[in-house]
Amino acid sequence: MKKNIWRTNGMQSLIASMICIILGLLIGYIVLLFINPSGAFTAILTIVKNFMTYGRANIRLKYFGSTLVKTAPLLMCALSILFSYKVGLFNIGCSGQFTAGACAALYAALKWGWGWLPCLLLAIIAGSVAGAIVGVLKSYCNVNEVISGIMLNWIILYGTNTILTAVKETASPYTMQMNSYGKKALLPSLGLGKLFSNNQYVTIAIPLSIIIAVLVMIVLDKTRFGYELRATGLNKNAAKYCGMKEKRNMILSLVISGALAGMGAAFFYLTGYEQWECTKASVPAMGFNGIAATFLGGLNPIGTIFASFFIQHITLGGAYVDKTMYCSQISDLIAAIIIYLCGFVLFLKLTMNKLIDKAEEKKGGKN
Amino acid sequence: MLLLIQYMLIFASILILVALAGCFSEHSGVINLGLEGIMVIGSLGGALAMKYLPIGIPAFFYVLLVMLFAVIFGVAYSALLGVACINFKADQTIVGTALNMLGTAAATVIVKAINTAANPDDVSSIISYINPKKKFILNIGSFEFNWFMLVTVIGLIVAYVVLYKTKFGLRLMACGEHPQAADSVGINVYKMRWAGVLISGAYGGLGGICYILAGVSEWRFEYGAAGFGFLALAVMIFGQWKPTRIALTGLLFGFFRALSNVYFGFSFLVKLNIPGNIYNMMPYIISLIVLALTSKQSRAPKAEGIPYDKGQR
Repeated sequence: MKKNIWRTNGMQSLIASMICIILGLLIGYIVLLFINPSGAFTAILTIVKNFMTYGRANIRLKYFGSTLVKTAPLLMCALSILFSYKVGLFNIGCSGQFTAGACAALYAALKWGWGWLPCLLLAIIAGSVAGAIVGVLKSYCNVNEVISGIMLNWIILYGTNTILTAVKETASPYTMQMNSYGKKALLPSLGLGKLFSNNQYVTIAIPLSIIIAVLVMIVLDKTRFGYELRATGLNKNAAKYCGMKEKRNMILSLVISGALAGMGAAFFYLTGYEQWECTKASVPAMGFNGIAATFLGGLNPIGTIFASFFIQHITLGGAYVDKTMYCSQISDLIAAIIIYLCGFVLFLKLTMNKLIDKAEEKKGGKN
Repeated sequence: MLLLIQYMLIFASILILVALAGCFSEHSGVINLGLEGIMVIGSLGGALAMKYLPIGIPAFFYVLLVMLFAVIFGVAYSALLGVACINFKADQTIVGTALNMLGTAAATVIVKAINTAANPDDVSSIISYINPKKKFILNIGSFEFNWFMLVTVIGLIVAYVVLYKTKFGLRLMACGEHPQAADSVGINVYKMRWAGVLISGAYGGLGGICYILAGVSEWRFEYGAAGFGFLALAVMIFGQWKPTRIALTGLLFGFFRALSNVYFGFSFLVKLNIPGNIYNMMPYIISLIVLALTSKQSRAPKAEGIPYDKGQR
């Protein structure tokens, strides 16, 4: 019998994600209506349009580039969460691992004047160490990974603030400008910046992050290691019974997860797009938005690419709303609603299958 | 020294209240990772009440009303967790995390909207409550007694009695241990889990308003709850899901949290010349160590985190 296209997992994930997005935007719109009905439609349109609000084509292109610059680290965070989720672990410590990576990359770049590759590697190591702590605590001490992840987030945040104070500007709480003090560590652009109206922040980070997304998919779907990880995620005891080292797999997946997050931090801070603020009161939102991107992407690395772009797109779009009426956090709100709705994906899929069953039954009756 | 005890008690109050919130929901079988979000929304309710209630009301009723609003907001918000996790069998970890993010984002948007509507130049997310705050405090000598300390004690006693001495509490715990068995003797598992989640919302809301009233006299809602909800979960785990042990653990954690606020009052600590950030890290490091040592022989409710499916045996 020919397989019904609506029954495939990919198709259903796509539809479910679309429903989440539309409902999320709709609820966001309703909230805007409550705050101030007169400008609500323009505001929601602005959020969805982001860089398209600019009239001139080259400026649009430039800000499209900026959106991509911030999408690359978000994608890495999303991949990080996805990777551990396949083993049944929810890596909410992603933000902390991202912060650890930022700390390592910036310190090496500004204090020691390293080149970009060693900086990147150091960031990866820092992230994976942070991930390893969570993994060891989980597998040997049975500590819930969500709670230990959050605790580590705060520990790493305060640690980073202390360490990076050594390389901060004297007059402000920000770390020194990469463009003047850490030139060697800036990621190479390879002419990519020219494509986006000379946006200097567009670097190899963007294509690299997409390549890594593909790599993650290959590792998870086509290798023995990936198979073991997924088996452990589906049933830990069954995997153990089959001779898979479930503890090693858990730790390893969190190490890789942390490495991805750390790499994401290097992809972001080594472009010089943003400086670290040494009095930060919370970990960067990147890791939390990554959760949204992961689930919106239907837990598929390729889907995650588009989902990351979308989340970053509306987050930046929030900055353009009319500030006399609304605030930019409205896009955080929409992202949070989307994650909440992603919790219903299982239910949506069940409903879809039921609908298909009914439709097929009807068809069968006619023949 | 007195200041240290004062801070310790107030931080312990927050942690105990929120840990009890987690306790109720987990005993019914639902992991509540959205405690931070519930705290934020609860504190929003209380702060709005303080903003709009006339200051002339007698202190007793004023305090009661503010707490009531925090509880109502907390309960209403926890219903979001209930719908998703009990009726729609959603992944409790995702929904909890979403609630945390949603709580902070929603509170910020709401407060900013209110502030901007009142004064177009004001784009801050601050609600200040200098005068209302005084109603919560009773000066005994130089010790500031906060009504929340009393509320926490009452909350603890209520939690203990409800969980161990009433039919309802025992049934609630049965739903967290073995829902199928509970169902087989005629207990409505869905109803019990809803009760657990809603009570959790009430305690969480109280903890939230207590949290923003603990130190400062104005609150910026972008800050969220700074990991307090998760610290409370650590307290709950270390307390082995038992109210009495939660109380003791809460005091211990409260002590370390208080230390980061008042360490500069002790000359020998200042002499050590440890950066302030280390003290900030302390509660989190301690809780990690404590969790690592105690999670192995965890007495967690057996069925927590698993959506109840009637058809499953």
